Amino acid sequence: MTDAVTVTDLVVDRGHRRVLPGLSCAVPAGRVTGLLGPSGSGKTTLLRALVGVQRIRSGTVTVLGEPAGSPGLRSRVGYVTQAPSVYPDLTVRENARHFAALYGRSAAAADDALAAVGMAGAAGQLVADLSGGQRGRASLACALVGEPELLVLDEPTVGLDPVLRVELWDRFHALAAAGTTLLVSSHVMDEAGRCDRLLLLREGVLLADVTPGELREDAGTADLEEAFLTLVRRGEQVAA
Amino acid sequence: MSTVTAVLSPRLTAATTGRVLRQLRHDHRTIAMMVLLPSLLLGLLYLLWRDVPALPGQPTVFDRVGLTMLGVFPFVVMFLVTSIAMLRERTSGTLERLLTTPLSRLDLLLGYGTAFGLAAAVQAAVTVTVATTLYDLDVAGSLWLVVLIAVADALLGVALGLLASAFARSEFQAVQFMPVVVLPQFFLCGLLVPREQMAGWLQAVSDVLPLTYAVEALQEVGRSSTGTGTMWTDVGVVAGAAVLALALAAATLRRRSS
Ligand SMILES: Nc1ncnc2c1ncn2[C@@H]1O[C@H](COP(=O)(O)OP(=O)(O)O)[C@@H](O)[C@H]1O
Ligand SMILES: [Mg+2]
Repeated sequence: MTDAVTVTDLVVDRGHRRVLPGLSCAVPAGRVTGLLGPSGSGKTTLLRALVGVQRIRSGTVTVLGEPAGSPGLRSRVGYVTQAPSVYPDLTVRENARHFAALYGRSAAAADDALAAVGMAGAAGQLVADLSGGQRGRASLACALVGEPELLVLDEPTVGLDPVLRVELWDRFHALAAAGTTLLVSSHVMDEAGRCDRLLLLREGVLLADVTPGELREDAGTADLEEAFLTLVRRGEQVAA
Repeated sequence: MSTVTAVLSPRLTAATTGRVLRQLRHDHRTIAMMVLLPSLLLGLLYLLWRDVPALPGQPTVFDRVGLTMLGVFPFVVMFLVTSIAMLRERTSGTLERLLTTPLSRLDLLLGYGTAFGLAAAVQAAVTVTVATTLYDLDVAGSLWLVVLIAVADALLGVALGLLASAFARSEFQAVQFMPVVVLPQFFLCGLLVPREQMAGWLQAVSDVLPLTYAVEALQEVGRSSTGTGTMWTDVGVVAGAAVLALALAAATLRRRSS
């Protein structure tokens, strides 16, 4: 199994704080990897480093064989920011077509991407008039339309109802089955069970790089939330 | 860190232009204000000076000032609109997202320039038509040259607006750059006090402010039936200043932020 992303000794400062104090990890190709950790643990910062918009202090980030942020990667990596980043004063369809154009895709591809996230019915609506969850899906469609090899999604399921959430996770796995690598961040552990692999982050430190099964087994509990807490306590005991 | 990328793609620039114009199209009131406000304000000036007699052999005050305002309006309006639009890109996260796509920074900036340049051309065409028909504005030269100069002024406003947005953290700050950038240029451009009568150092400051050349170009068109060499030099200076501001804007637009 090859890695789509390798991060080595990554140090990132934001403001006067050291957010990532030397992180090393890898994201396997063609899988759905979950980046889990509490709010403020550095998930967004790590994802920004992967897509090449985060200023880093030291370390290396290699994505699909090239340094993160390389010009050649920009058509191969899709990024969905945590807050939906679509134009509120355009319709859903106009947004999708704009990003389709930037990735060199057709208007038909934009319509397909909207259908894939269940937004075909709202395509003619202004984004400003959408609900939070709909806006998030419109934002997701704008990344899907580029058919990237690596899809970086920052908390894509926040604010979605359970049915939509399940549909999206099914879509993520369908994309992975077709060869796409997905890195999906979340701060809710109940989504962890849906990932092929988990990176658990706490205060910028990687607590574990495991499968959900391994995590349950290691912590001796079927509840992933509980298992995460067990790892945290264990880490604190070691430190003490 | 500025990575050397595919610096320019006409296709991606055009995609950006189309997107900005589509955003504008959804905002009917802004379009109406952009197209009509300069004509209405010019009408106010027309009424203000209508009954003031002109010196024999001299152009009327309205002919002199009104024509100059045709260059000032697009500069001010496009500066404001662009700095707010770009600030929104920054604060809404769309800029961060664009920077992860194949779009280059120059594509983005030129896309904005083209979109608002086109809007300025429409604005100028309407204002020139209204001014010469309803307000009897006298222009010796070609009205196309007036539109051309207005568009050059608009592009200068766009470029400076893109640059200014890099230094604004909020919309409150962005709108306050308008008086900072616009008013000194307006005071010193030769309209309020002829440049020859200014203190030497003020004239020197006026010499390096691009609006001075825009105003001079319009005065040339007002006086002379054909485009003079001075006018073309002035247009070149305004365009050059716009390119310089655009280059600075590109340099301040960092792909990586902290
Ligand atoms: N622009 C910023 N300037 C300074 N500090 C920041 C900035 N953005 C985030 N941080 C800090 O970096 C830390 C990690 O943030 P983030 O990566 O957004 O975490 P997460 O996505 O896991 O919630 C937090 O402590 C946050 O306060
Ligand atoms: Mg986050």
